Amino acid sequence: MQVGKQQTANVFSFHGGIHPPENKAQSLQLPLGRPSLPNELILPLGQHIGQSSRPLVKVGDKVLKGETIAINNGFLSSFLHAPTSGTIAAIEERLIAHPSGLSDLCIILSPDGNETWTTLEPLNNWQDISKTDVLAYLSEMGIIGMGGAGFPTQVKLQGAHKNPLTHFIINAAECEPYITADDMLIREKTLELVLGIEILQHLVEADNIVIGIEDNKPTAIAALKSVLTERNSKIQIAVVPTKYPSGGEKQLIQLLTGKEVPSGQYPADIGVLCQNVGTCVAVHDAVTLGKPLISRFTTLTGDALKNPQNVEVLLGTPVAHLLEYADSEPKKLSRLIMGGPMMGYTLDSAVVPIVKTSNCILAASKKELPPPAPEQACIRCGMCEQACPASLLPQQLLWFSKSQEFEKAEHHNLFDCIECGACSYVCPSSIPLVQYYRHSKSSIREAREANVKSDLAKQRFEARKARQDAEAAEKEAKRLARQKATSDKATDKKKAAPAKPAPTAAAAPVTSDESKKLKVDIAIGKSKLKKLQKQLLEAQENEHVEEINSLQLQVTDQEKTIASLEEQLAQIPSAAPAAPVANTAKASPAPVSDELKKAKVDVALIGVKLKKLQKQLIETPDDQELKDKISAFETDLKAAQDTVSKLSENTQASTSTSTAAAEPKASISDELKKLKIDAAIAKAAVKKVEKALKKAEEINAPEIDAIRQQLKEAQQRADELEKALANPEATAPKAVPAQAKPATNLDADAIKKRKIDLAIAKAGVKKAEKNIQLLKEQGKDEAEINASEWPSKLKEAQDKLAALEKDQAAETSTPSVAKEASAPAATTNIDADAAKKRKIDLAIAKAGIKKAEKNIQLLKDQSKDESEIEASEWPKKLIEAQQKLAALEANESAPAATPTPASSPAEKTANSTADSEAKVEPEMDLATQIKKEKIAVALAKAQINKLNKRLENSPEDANSIRQEIGAAEKRLQSAETLLEKLIHSQTNMQENR
Amino acid sequence: MFTVLLAIGILVLLSLIFGAILGYANVRFHVEGDPIVDQIDALLPQTQCGQCGHPGCRPYAEAIANGEAINHCPPGGQVTIQALADLLDVEAVPLDGDHGTENAKRVAVIREDECIGCTKCIQACPVDAILGAAKQMHTVIADECTGCDLCVEPCPVDCIDMVEVGVTAKTWSWDKPQGIAATSLNIIATDRQAEVTH
Repeated sequence: MQVGKQQTANVFSFHGGIHPPENKAQSLQLPLGRPSLPNELILPLGQHIGQSSRPLVKVGDKVLKGETIAINNGFLSSFLHAPTSGTIAAIEERLIAHPSGLSDLCIILSPDGNETWTTLEPLNNWQDISKTDVLAYLSEMGIIGMGGAGFPTQVKLQGAHKNPLTHFIINAAECEPYITADDMLIREKTLELVLGIEILQHLVEADNIVIGIEDNKPTAIAALKSVLTERNSKIQIAVVPTKYPSGGEKQLIQLLTGKEVPSGQYPADIGVLCQNVGTCVAVHDAVTLGKPLISRFTTLTGDALKNPQNVEVLLGTPVAHLLEYADSEPKKLSRLIMGGPMMGYTLDSAVVPIVKTSNCILAASKKELPPPAPEQACIRCGMCEQACPASLLPQQLLWFSKSQEFEKAEHHNLFDCIECGACSYVCPSSIPLVQYYRHSKSSIREAREANVKSDLAKQRFEARKARQDAEAAEKEAKRLARQKATSDKATDKKKAAPAKPAPTAAAAPVTSDESKKLKVDIAIGKSKLKKLQKQLLEAQENEHVEEINSLQLQVTDQEKTIASLEEQLAQIPSAAPAAPVANTAKASPAPVSDELKKAKVDVALIGVKLKKLQKQLIETPDDQELKDKISAFETDLKAAQDTVSKLSENTQASTSTSTAAAEPKASISDELKKLKIDAAIAKAAVKKVEKALKKAEEINAPEIDAIRQQLKEAQQRADELEKALANPEATAPKAVPAQAKPATNLDADAIKKRKIDLAIAKAGVKKAEKNIQLLKEQGKDEAEINASEWPSKLKEAQDKLAALEKDQAAETSTPSVAKEASAPAATTNIDADAAKKRKIDLAIAKAGIKKAEKNIQLLKDQSKDESEIEASEWPKKLIEAQQKLAALEANESAPAATPTPASSPAEKTANSTADSEAKVEPEMDLATQIKKEKIAVALAKAQINKLNKRLENSPEDANSIRQEIGAAEKRLQSAETLLEKLIHSQTNMQENR
Repeated sequence: MFTVLLAIGILVLLSLIFGAILGYANVRFHVEGDPIVDQIDALLPQTQCGQCGHPGCRPYAEAIANGEAINHCPPGGQVTIQALADLLDVEAVPLDGDHGTENAKRVAVIREDECIGCTKCIQACPVDAILGAAKQMHTVIADECTGCDLCVEPCPVDCIDMVEVGVTAKTWSWDKPQGIAATSLNIIATDRQAEVTH
C-alpha cells in the first residue's frame, strides 16, 4: 500500500437515504466560540449508556478543575469530572436533556471563576504499559462515545478485541443537517485528532484505519489530508457523498467496507470498530495532556440565534446560557431542539445542561421547523421503504405498531431501525413513523423487563412455596411420627387390653380341677409375656422410652404372675392326696362355683358389649341413645360383678372353711387368684379409659372430663387392688411355714375380702355418682335424675360401703387384740395392716366429703336454688361423710392409743417403731384434715354471710332463705365440732408421742 | 379373491406399523402436564396478589385453562386480557371490576421508624421481598416487590405505604402518536378558519 499518496479509500453504498437541506453554513461563519462560565454547572450522573455514576463529593466540597466528582458504578458506567474549579452546591434532581423532559440526579457545581486545574497526570508511557491499563485510564478520564449514544469507550474497545479488526473507522461523516461540531473539531484540532486515532490504533491494532467524512466538509478534509501527509500516516481518508444518514455507524461501515452489520450484532462481530472524531480527540487529551472529558464542541444554530456558531463548552453549562451567548431572539424561537432536526428531540426548557453527547442546540423559528403536519392515512406509496437505510419495511412496521402487534413487528426487524427519521421525512401522509417505532420499541422493552421481573417474582414465589411446603412436610412428618408413637402405644394397649381380660375369661370356667386351670393360666400368662416381650423389643427398636418403661413393668408383672402360678401348680400334686377330702367338702359349694362361673361369663359378655358401645360412642359422641345404653350396660355389668364378687365370696368362705384345716394355702392362693383377676380387670379398665380419653382428646369430645374422672377412679381402683394383692403375696410365703397360725391367715383373708368388698362398693358409689354427674351434664332435670335409678343405687352403694366400713372397723379392732395374745409376732403386721386400712378409709371418707362438696358447688354453679341443693342428697351425704370421717378418726386415735400400753414391754420397741411409722402419716393426714375442715368452716360461714345478704335483698323469700341459713349454720356447727375433734385428736397424738 | 385378501393384509400390516409408530411417539414425546397452563402462566404478571381469587398466578392460570374468565387480573390489566384472548382465541373482555382496578405499578414502602418488627408482613409477602427479623426494623426490597398489597393488611401499625413507581429517565417510554382521527379534521386550511370563526 502506498501510504501517503493513496489516502482515499474505496467507498461503497448503502440502501435508501435522503438528501434534506444541509443548513450547515450558518454555524460555520463564526470561529469557535468559548462561552463564559455560567453561574452554575449542572452535571447529570447519567450522561452515558449504562449505570449512573456514583457521586464522590459531598455538598459544600471544594473541587478543582478536572477533579473526579463521580466514579463508575459497575462495568457499563463512567467517571465524571469537575469542568471547572468551584464548590459543590447541591446534589439533587434537575431537569435533564432527555426526550421525556424528566429530572434526574445531578451534581450542581458553583464555579469560583479561578479555573484552577487539578494536578494533571498524563499517561505519557501509553505505548509501554499494558492496553488494559490504558483502557482503565480512559475509563477514569470519563471518556464515552461522543457521537450521540454515549457508550463508554473502554467497553467498546474491549469488545473490539473479540475479533481481529479489519477496519478501524473514524466517523467524521456528520450527516445530520445543521450540525457542524465535528467539522469544526477537525478543523481546530486536526493534529490532536490524528494523535488520538494513533493511540486508539495502538490499542485496537486494526488492519485499516479509515476516516469516513462527507464531501460537504472540504476544509476539514484538506486539514486532515495535510496533517496525515505531514505525519506520513497510514490513516486513510474516505470521502463519502453527502447523504443522510451516512453518519450512522452501520451505514458508514457499509459505505466504507461494503459489509453489513448483521441484525442483532455489533460492528465488532464483523471485525470493524467505529469511533467518533470527538472521542478520538478526547482520548488524545486524556492520554497526552491528562485532561479528563470536561468539555466538548457543540453547534449553536437555528434562525432564532443571531450568532449561530460552534462553541467549545464546559459540560453542565445550561442551554439557556448558550442561547444567551449566541444572542437568541426569544420571539423567533418556536422550538428548541437538542441534537439535529432529524434525530434530535424537543427541549421543554432551556435550563437543561449540555452533556457529553450534546452535539447541537437548534433554536428553530416557526418558519424553519413548522409544527408537524397532521397525520393522514397511509397511501401505501412505498416511499418509506425506498428511503430506509436499514432496508426495513417501514409500512409493515407501521401496521404492526399501530395494532400493537409487537411480536410481528419484531419479526420484521423493528430493532434494526436506527430511528433516523428518513421514512417520516419522505412520507407524503406526514405519518410520524419513527414515533410509532419508538413507541413500539419501548413497549417491547418494557414488556421484556416486566417479563424478567415476573419471571423473578415467579421464581421467588415458587422458591417460597417450596420452602413452605418443605416446612409443612417436615411438620407433618413430625406430627405423623408423634401420632404413630401414640397409636403404637394405643395398639399396644389394645393388644394388652384383650389379653388382660383373657385370664378372666379363662378363669371364668373355674372348675374344681385347679391344676388344669392353673396350667391354662400359665399358658395364657406365658403367651402374654411373649407378646409383651415382643412389644418391648419393638419399642426398644423404635426408642420409645415411655413405652419401654411401661412394657418392662408389665413384663416383670407378668413374669411374677407366671412364677406364682407355677409355684401353685407345683404345690397341687402335694395337695392331691388331700383332694378327695376337699372334694367331698367341696360337694356342696359345687353349685355355687357353677353359679359363679355363669356370673363371670355374664360379666365378660356385658363387658365386651359395653366396650363395643363405648367405641361407638367415641365415634358418634352425640348419640344419646348410645349413652343411655351404655349406662344401662354399666349397671348390668356392675350388678353382674356384684353377684360374681358375692358368689366368689361365698365360694371363698366355703372353700376356706372346708380346706382351712387341711390346706389353708389353697384358700390363700384362691384369694390371690381372685385378687389378681380383679387387678387385671381394673388394669384393663384403666387402659380402656385411657384409650377412650386419648380418642376423646383427639376429637375434642365434650366428655373428656368425665372420662378423665373415670380414668382416675379406675386407676385408684387398680392401685387399691394391687395393694391388696401385694399384701397377701407378702403374707403368703409367711403363711406356709406358719401353719400353726391359721387364725392369722383367716383374719388376713377376711380383711382382704372386706377390702375387696369395700373397693367394689366404692366403685359402685363412684359409678353411680358419675352417672348422676353425666346426667347433670346432659342438662337433665334434677327430677329426672331422681327418677332414674342412679340416686337410689348410689344410696344403696353408700349404705353398703358404710356397713362394710363399719364391719371392717369393728373387726380390725377385735382381731388385732385377739391376735396380740395368740401371735405376738403377727400383731405388728396386723397393726400395720389396720393402720394402713384406717388410713385408706380416712382417705376414702375424705374423698367422699370432697366429692360431696364438689357436687354441691357444681349445683350452685348451675345456679340451682339452695332449696334444690338442699333437696338433693348431697348436703346430707356431705354431713354423713363428715361424720364417718370423724368416727374413723376417732377410731384411729383409739387403736393408736390402746396397743401401746397393752403390748408387753419386750414388744414395745418393735411396736413403737411400727406405731410411729403408722402415726406419722395419720398425723400429717390429720393436719391436712384440719386444714380442710377449717376451710369447710370458712366456706360455711361465707355461705351464711351470702345467705344473709340475700335475705336482705329479697325479703319475699325470707322463709326459705332462713331455712337455708339454719341448714348452713347446722353445717357450720358440725364442721366446727369436727374441727374441734380433729384438733383434739391431733393434740392427743402429739401427747402420745 | 386373492387380491382382496392381499389388499386387506397390506392394510392390516400398515395399520399395525403406524399404530406401533404412534404408540412409540406417544411414549417418547409424552408431554408432562398441561402446556396451555404454562403458556397462560407466562402471560400473567406474577404479582401473586390473589386479587383474582386464587392463591397465586399459576392457580389462576389453571383456572383459566379450566374455563374461568380471563378478565380477573387487575395487575395485568387490559394488556394481559388481550394477550390471553389472543392465546386462547376468545374475545377480549374488559377487566372485571369486582376483582379490582388496574393501577399504576406500585411498590410497598415501610415507614421504617414506625415499624415494630412483628414480621407479619414478611409472612404475607408472596415473593419474600421484605427483609427483617423479629423486633428488628423491616424493609422492602423494592426491586423484588410486585406491588401486590398483601403486606398492607397484616401490618398492625399501618406503617406500609403503597407508593407508585414514578417514571424515571431510564424507564420512560415514548408515547404512541395520536393517530389520524385526532388531527385529520383540520387538514384543509379553510376548515381551520371556519372553526376559528365559530
